[in-house]
Amino acid sequence: MRILVLEDDPMLSDGLISGLSLHGMSVECVSTCSDAVSIFDAAHYSAAILDLMLPDGSGLDVLSHIRARDNTMPVMILTAIDAVADRIAGLDRGADDYMGKPFDLGELAARLRVMIRRAAGRANPIFTWRDLTIALSHRSVTRAGIVLSLSRREFTVLEALIERPGRVLSRSQLEARLYGWNEEIGSNALEVHVHNLRAKIGRDAIETVRGLGYRIREDRA
Amino acid sequence: MRLFATLVTATGLVWFAAIAWAYVDSRAQFEGILDRRLMEAARMVDSLFTPVQAEVARRPDGAGAALGRVVSYDRHLSCQIWSLDGRLIGASAGAPDPSLSDQREGFSNGVVDGQAWRVFALSDPAKGFRILVGDNLGQRRQLEHGLVGSLLLTASCVLPILAPLIWFSVGRGLRPLNRATRDLAARDADNLERVEVGQMPSEIRPLVDALNRLFGKVVAAREHERTFLAYAAHELRTPLAGLKTQVQVAMQAPDATMRDTALAQTLSAVDQSARLVQQLLTVSRLDSSVRPIATAWIPVEERLRDLLAAMDGLPALERIAFAPGVMTLEIRMDEDLFDLAMRNLMENALLMTPPDGVITWDAVLGADGGAILSITDDGPGIAEAERALVIRRFVRGSRRAKLGSGLGLAIVTMALEQSGARLQLAGRDGSPGLRASAIFGPRLARRATPATARL
Repeated sequence: MRILVLEDDPMLSDGLISGLSLHGMSVECVSTCSDAVSIFDAAHYSAAILDLMLPDGSGLDVLSHIRARDNTMPVMILTAIDAVADRIAGLDRGADDYMGKPFDLGELAARLRVMIRRAAGRANPIFTWRDLTIALSHRSVTRAGIVLSLSRREFTVLEALIERPGRVLSRSQLEARLYGWNEEIGSNALEVHVHNLRAKIGRDAIETVRGLGYRIREDRA
Repeated sequence: MRLFATLVTATGLVWFAAIAWAYVDSRAQFEGILDRRLMEAARMVDSLFTPVQAEVARRPDGAGAALGRVVSYDRHLSCQIWSLDGRLIGASAGAPDPSLSDQREGFSNGVVDGQAWRVFALSDPAKGFRILVGDNLGQRRQLEHGLVGSLLLTASCVLPILAPLIWFSVGRGLRPLNRATRDLAARDADNLERVEVGQMPSEIRPLVDALNRLFGKVVAAREHERTFLAYAAHELRTPLAGLKTQVQVAMQAPDATMRDTALAQTLSAVDQSARLVQQLLTVSRLDSSVRPIATAWIPVEERLRDLLAAMDGLPALERIAFAPGVMTLEIRMDEDLFDLAMRNLMENALLMTPPDGVITWDAVLGADGGAILSITDDGPGIAEAERALVIRRFVRGSRRAKLGSGLGLAIVTMALEQSGARLQLAGRDGSPGLRASAIFGPRLARRATPATARL
């Protein structure tokens, strides 16, 4: 899950990058509304977290900008301004959720998962595919009742592919989910993760589409 | 109702005062006119009554009848003609028999036959008789009372007409006030919208205008307070959120590196919060205090060096240069406010300037005793569009320093404004950086002489 955070407090941004990475999310931070707008126009994210009071404007304006372009990305407002009237105004402007500062890291991650799951049209937090059961909240995978041990990166790849079985994800899309801006990406790192994943969940689960990327077969057991 | 009662009472009093005055005045005039009439009547009788008639009248056979015809010209008056030797020559009809007066000449009052008389006596020695013309005072009083009676009658007729007129006018005049009162009473406590002036009569417009100005001030104060609270909440809760997040990261960190980084960030968040609380306390102190005008002169360079030496954690002294203009400058300003403003300016400059950057204090003394004391850094500077914003509370430039609370320049502005000075932010010509100037008004600065420098 790739999350963009608009937050001008460097300490909190740093905390969100580290903290949400513990929940398997890849976080990128910007500190001004103008940076946020140009990034949203250029790239795709699973969800966004917006602060409201920023040096060059309000996060609500960024939200309006996103919604005006028919971008349905889930948006969480994370702000110190959290009176009921402010919450209502934020939600009515197009936010999907609203949390006041300070917040609990676990709750923030859970709410982000809910928003992303709902945006994909699912209510059930547990995926089943053939003999695999994937619980996103616990980041656990079982195959025919046996718990599999997946690394963080392997789980991220599986999670990305399982969101919409049958859809092809390109190498760069997967890498964007796996790594933040500043992380070094090894030239064949993605192949290594896919290889290890296939060994654990079944050789034919992940299909390589030549020249396009990878997908999970749509047929269900 | 009270206003109505007051107006009716006042009008009534004015009426009765007018009547009383008219009574006194007209009575005096009335007496004068009647007295003159007595005199004229006496003279007329004197001129009409000849010595021959007097002779005839002196004869014992009732000449009184002829005489009666002559003098009965006015039934209000009574006339007697006496010979100088004391015989009654003639009298008007209705005149009493006894002499009206013993006086030979002029006016007198007397009582004859139980009635009061006002008598004018005229003696004519040439003709040999004395004429007495008298007014019955009882009749005079009746005339006067008739006059006062008609005045009172008018007043008593007018007052009942006046009362409803006053009632109607007062009610009509107060109606807009009543309407405004009703409108205001029906408002919610937090409705501070302007009172509509449109249909107000001009009499109460100043009141409504004053009320609207007051509403405007209250709204502005409320808005200011609301914004301040929102910013304060944001500034206090954001580092707390950072702190909590970093602690949670440290607790969940899978490795020592991540945990140590998070803990280091936690320390930094605590520093930031502590500094913010300090700044907030300073702002509220500046907000609530009015300081007396300073009389002491501050040797600027010495004071700035002391401040620098006291700022720990920032290797400051060797990074800041002083231009010659600063060295001899003295400023008249409250010492605490000077420290507050200059410390914040220096902290900003030190935070924004790279370690090898240069910070310079310089000063220009004006002919009028004003001065410009400036600090220039070669940090990133503040975009021109942002310069007016950053001096407001809690507003930070987009290139914020890690430790900034968003209050520093607001504090500088407040401290300078309380001292008759102001803050001006400018860029530097051709190079990045910021030039922050404290501009002191006339007679707030002077050049130190060797004599004053020692003081």
